[in-house]
Amino acid sequence: MKRTEESDGQNMKDTKKKDGYLQQTMEIFQGLAQGLGTTFVHTFRRKITEEYPEYKRPLPERTRARIILTRDPEGEERCVACFLCAAACPVSCISMEGEEREDGRRWARWFRINFARCIYCGLCEEACPTLALQLTSHFEFCDRSILNLVAEKEDLLVNHGGKNKDYNFYRHAGVAMTSGKGSHIDEDEPVNVKSNLP
Amino acid sequence: MNPALGIILLILKLVLVVLGLLTGAGWLILGERKLLGWMQLRVGPNRAGPWGLLQPVADLVKLLAKEDLVPEGADRWIFLYAPAVVAVTALLTFAVVPFGDDWTLFGRRIPLVVTDINVGLLFVLALSSLSVYGVALGGWASNSKFSLLGGIRSAAQMISYELSLGLSLVPVVMLAHSFSLVDIVAAQARYPFILVQPLAFLIFFISAVAETKRIPFDIPEAENELVAGYHTEYSGMRFGLYFLGEYATMIVLGALTAALFLGGWRGPLLPPLLWFLLKVTAVVFVLIWIRGTLPRLRYDQLMHLGWKVLVPASLLNIVLTGGLLLLMNG
Repeated sequence: MKRTEESDGQNMKDTKKKDGYLQQTMEIFQGLAQGLGTTFVHTFRRKITEEYPEYKRPLPERTRARIILTRDPEGEERCVACFLCAAACPVSCISMEGEEREDGRRWARWFRINFARCIYCGLCEEACPTLALQLTSHFEFCDRSILNLVAEKEDLLVNHGGKNKDYNFYRHAGVAMTSGKGSHIDEDEPVNVKSNLP
Repeated sequence: MNPALGIILLILKLVLVVLGLLTGAGWLILGERKLLGWMQLRVGPNRAGPWGLLQPVADLVKLLAKEDLVPEGADRWIFLYAPAVVAVTALLTFAVVPFGDDWTLFGRRIPLVVTDINVGLLFVLALSSLSVYGVALGGWASNSKFSLLGGIRSAAQMISYELSLGLSLVPVVMLAHSFSLVDIVAAQARYPFILVQPLAFLIFFISAVAETKRIPFDIPEAENELVAGYHTEYSGMRFGLYFLGEYATMIVLGALTAALFLGGWRGPLLPPLLWFLLKVTAVVFVLIWIRGTLPRLRYDQLMHLGWKVLVPASLLNIVLTGGLLLLMNG
């Protein structure tokens, strides 16, 4: 405050012309006090940090993290090794080899996802026609060794249906051997090509 | 008395002061990060040890384990020794600051100051001038444009503010009739000088913040334009030395402010050493508080404040104080 008086005294002539040195200095100190007051009050406020390992925030339903291969309600693997996920993958981190079972049902002989490469975009999940491949919210699986991040089929396969438990691809479509033509859900009776001529 | 005992006592005091200052600087970094975190509604470092108390140890281990890089084209020897200048000047300054009342041990009076030289204040100012070399030469020797700019800026800033720093202390010397910090503290037996010299205190404090290159006067290391200023190219423990020197300077600054304006170790009820620590902590807290609040000054604003406000104000303060002293005594 003493400084205020002095700088005011020094510039007595200017005081009348301009806004006034006294007022200016007052404003400076007021601004300083306001800022300092704000930070001081904030020091004792409740912190907004979420301390991660102790507190895990509830993740949204559609969080995209580790990929799983699900099974249908009958416990069979849903994956039919159609390669649509591998084709959709922008970083080409999915690879597999498809094979046909004796009952005509297709399956992946081996299935590999390189999580070191995966960008968790979820395009594979969107591409999957059998809802076999799904992204979960489990994201805590980092590793110091990059090779440990390459997941094989046995690492990916789970014993449940994931997001859609009841869906069974073969009930809607698929090979005719297991269930006859026209017997799938939402499937029309086969058309008699001889009777539907114009 | 026995000269050998005196030497042993001196070495003991030296060890205590240096260790205290270094550990203090280490934990001050943690304290600053915590306080800044709280001011920004964060919790600050809390992973290493309880409340993050082992963070300085972790930092030290990290810095020691890092590669000590010398850039190609750097002025090798200057580059290697510049950080030491900063750290050493900060530590040396504390030598003249009294941090407690005399102790009597085995019938021998032990003053709680490393050395009471009769030009203590000049010693302090000289060392603060010397620390400019550490920064400016470090910036120069790095052979990097960011470092050089940072070094030049800090040289300009520190030289400018040294003037008002020195001038603001003249009234204190006039009141205490001595350059010795022990005498200055003794002269504040009845009242601390901040009460009679608020303007000098303000100028000293502002200049001292500028001398330590802290926000709002941190244009030498302005991170969003100069990467890190003069210590851009430093790594490992050499960077650590700059860092340590900076924080030791903060503590020394707190000690100086306490000794020159706040009555040093004097205070009622509590033991002197505790009073001294309290005052230092208070000043250091204000420094951190300011850092958490104010934005950085522009270069022209910095020079304007230094040369057009602080220097004239401190000169005026000297004249006023001299006049008043003359009136009262004569």
